[in-house]
Order: sequence, then structure tokens, then C-alpha cells
Amino acid sequence: MGGMSDQGLHVTGAALMATLMFTVMALCAIVFTWMERKVAGFIQSRYGPMYTGRWQGWAQAVADMLKILGKEDIIPAQADKGLFVFAPILVLLGSLLAWAAIPWSPGFIAADLDLGLFYIFAVSSMVVIGILMAGWASNNKWALYGAARGAAQMVSYEIPLALATIPVILNVGSLNTQDIVIAQQGGMFNWFVFHDPFLFIAFWMYFIASIAETNRGPFDMPETESELVAGYHTEYTGMRFAFFFLAEYANLFLVAIIASVVFLGGWWAPIPGLDFAPALTLVIKGVLLVFLNMWVRWTLPRVRVDQLMHLCWKVMIPVTLLCIVGSGLWMILSGELG
Amino acid sequence: MNLLLPPGTATPSLVADYATVLIFILVGFVFAGIALGVAKLLRPSNPSPAKLTTYECGELPTGSSWVRFNVRFYLVALFFIVFDVEVIFLYPWAVVFKQLYPVPQLGALVFWEMIIFLAILSVGLAYVWVKGDLAWVKKLVDRTPAESATPAVLEEEVSAQ
Repeated sequence: MGGMSDQGLHVTGAALMATLMFTVMALCAIVFTWMERKVAGFIQSRYGPMYTGRWQGWAQAVADMLKILGKEDIIPAQADKGLFVFAPILVLLGSLLAWAAIPWSPGFIAADLDLGLFYIFAVSSMVVIGILMAGWASNNKWALYGAARGAAQMVSYEIPLALATIPVILNVGSLNTQDIVIAQQGGMFNWFVFHDPFLFIAFWMYFIASIAETNRGPFDMPETESELVAGYHTEYTGMRFAFFFLAEYANLFLVAIIASVVFLGGWWAPIPGLDFAPALTLVIKGVLLVFLNMWVRWTLPRVRVDQLMHLCWKVMIPVTLLCIVGSGLWMILSGELG
Repeated sequence: MNLLLPPGTATPSLVADYATVLIFILVGFVFAGIALGVAKLLRPSNPSPAKLTTYECGELPTGSSWVRFNVRFYLVALFFIVFDVEVIFLYPWAVVFKQLYPVPQLGALVFWEMIIFLAILSVGLAYVWVKGDLAWVKKLVDRTPAESATPAVLEEEVSAQ
């Protein structure tokens, strides 16, 4: 690319990075659907997929993806066509944009924004609009109820999710995602999760809120298959349904990666000196958190909607607010601020 | 994004970083278009009126689906706006706290200002909590039965007859 200007290189690099992130999202959907079915099988004492691809049914998700490509596209006559078509794309975009500010290894980040973490929360909120849009545009009662529940749940849990990261921002003094990781250098006891008791609580608050934010069990109210058929994507078929599915599994990995970046040292290995594969370290942390998320999903029964709201507004928000004050006091009293 | 830029190039500006975000949006649309386009080539398409009806468990749908739903959802949205704005205000404070606290005569101000801000918001949270608006099923106000317009004496007389 010798003849290209800096701007040309920048655009090409960004487009390559976006393609890479899109590939990561698609891989998430393929790997994690298979993993989810195997984990669910293990927890429920059965095998899960075993035939497709011979070894442990590893190709099952690939086969599902190919099958979805051949499925007929149905847009109900009563639906609001424009919104119906745009909603899955918006959900997908909300997820893809957030990946732009994930620091994979030193310097390997698509958009090194000073507002990094804030930007991630801002663009992932677009998913809520997409879900509400899908539910409304379907002109289907199940879809509308699912969307209303989904929106109420996601906006509620966005507050403890964002509040739980503020103690970390206090300790870093920057919203840049690379700065947050660099501040945790030097072994696992420098990770923010082990920094002080308030940050330890904040991490678990983040984890619980992230399960609710991705609409997964025990907080899968928007998609309760026994009450609402499929929730907001009841009317979607084929590729458009696949977009919701892709975004859901991509978001599952995204919240795990953000938790790793903010609380679990990002690309740093637990033991100093083992940092030879930063991006791989981050991915392993993410996959372990996803496994924990699946473990929770297949172990706990679904909560009721009033319990859901109780947990968010009366438990998690006060606790995260206390964590912020506590973390600030800890910084002052421990003499870190000099 | 400085993967392809030769070493020693000036670090990309704010505009360049947000240009990356714009390119992400474009690439997102392109990939969505490709996926839908490929699917369009592969999939069958034979719509029928029955297939295009709204799904209501196999029954013919009754009425419009744009129905009224629980007012709670709107209240949750209202609380969300209040508390989300709070979170937005907390971010700038959190970013400068470490830097400003050691500054003489500013440290205590920086700390207590946010404590007061949080306290005011906690009062708001406590208010909606006490009013019962955070509970999904709100208790109805206890209503004593309406008083009868007939004087008690007259009622007794009537019942005595």
C-alpha cells in the first residue's frame, strides 16, 4: 500500500478492523450456541448435540446457520414494513459499534476513544431501541409485550451496570479503555476486582446486571417461551431472525469482555511475566465469564417481573451507589491519593 | 486505529477516531446487506395470505395488536431517564476525582460535592420507594367506604319499622 495517503490507510485499517469485529461476532454466535447446548446438556445430565461434524457435534451451529440462510423471509401483512426491516439491523449495529472500543492488546484497538467506556454504554443502548422497534413493528401482541418487558428490563439494569463501573473510573481517572487496562498491570492482585471490598461487590453487581442486560436466564423475561412464544422476535424468520440471534450471542461475549477489561485486568495475565499472548488472555477471560453466565442460566429458575424490578431498583442501585462512595473513601483513607 | 500506519506517524486525532466509528456503521450496513442478499438468492419465496397473517397461536388475530399496556412500563422509563442522567453526571466527576483531590482546598470540595449530589438523588429514590412506585404491583390506596347521605338517626328509624 505504498502509494496510499494516511487517510486512505486509516480508512482501510478501520474497515479491516470492522470486518474483523464482525467476524468475531459471527464466531461468537457459532461457538457460543454450541457451547451453550453442551453446557446445558452437561448440567441436565444429557449429551447435547452429538452427530453433526462427528466430534461432540461441533458443526451443529454451522449447520443451523446454513439452514437459516435457506429459510423463507416472512413479513406479516399487518407489520410496519420499514421499521420491521430496520429493527434487526439496528440491533446488530448497536452490538458491532461497541466492539470498536475494545482493547484486545496494547495498541490493538479499532477506535482508541478518550470516552471509550462511556461510548460503549452509549452505543449498546441502541439495542433497546431496536428491540422496542421490532416489537412495535411486528404488530403482534406477543412481540409487543416482549418488547415492552425487554425495554423496561434493559433500561432498568443499564443503571446499575453503568454505576458499577464508576468505582473503577475513580481509580483510573480516565474513561479510555486502554488506560483502564494499563492501570491494572502487575499480576492478579492489581486487578480492580481485588483492589478493595467495594470494587469486589461492584464487579458482582456488574455481572448480575450484565446477565439482565443480555436478556438471559434467570432474567429472560422478554423471551419467556412458555408465555410469549418468542417475545419481540416472534414474527421474524430466516436471516432477520438470525441478526437478533447473532447480536444476542455477540452481546453475551461483549459484556464478558467489558467485565474482563474493567475488573479483571484485560489483557494482563494473572501472573506477571506471562503476558506473551495479550489478546488470547482477554478472550480466555471472556469465555470463562460466558461459561459462568451459562452456568447461572441453566441452574436458576426464571424470576418474576416484580422480583426483577425489586432486585434492580431496591437492591442493586442502592448497593452500587454505596460502592461509589465507599470506593472514594477507600482511596482517600488508604492514602493512595497522597 | 494505527495498525497500518507506519511507526512514527502522529497519533490519530479525535476526528480520526470517530471516523473509525462511522466506518464501523457503514461496514455494519454492508454486512447486513450482504447477508440479506445472499439469503434472498438462496431462500424460497411463496407467500400466501394465511402465511402473512399475524401470529396468534394459529387463531385468526383479533383486533389491532397496538394495544394499551401496563402504565408501569412508562413509569420505569421515567425513573430511567432521571437516574441515567445522574449516571452521566457521575462520569465526569469520576474522571477528575483522582486528579483534583490532592489539590489543596479543592479535595474536600470535590468529595463532598458528589456526596451531596448522591444524597439528593437518594432522597428521590427513597421518595418513589416509599410511595410504592418501585413495586411492580402497587398497593391501592385504602379507601374507607363512602359515607351515606342519610343521617344515621333516620336510618335507624327506618330499620326499626
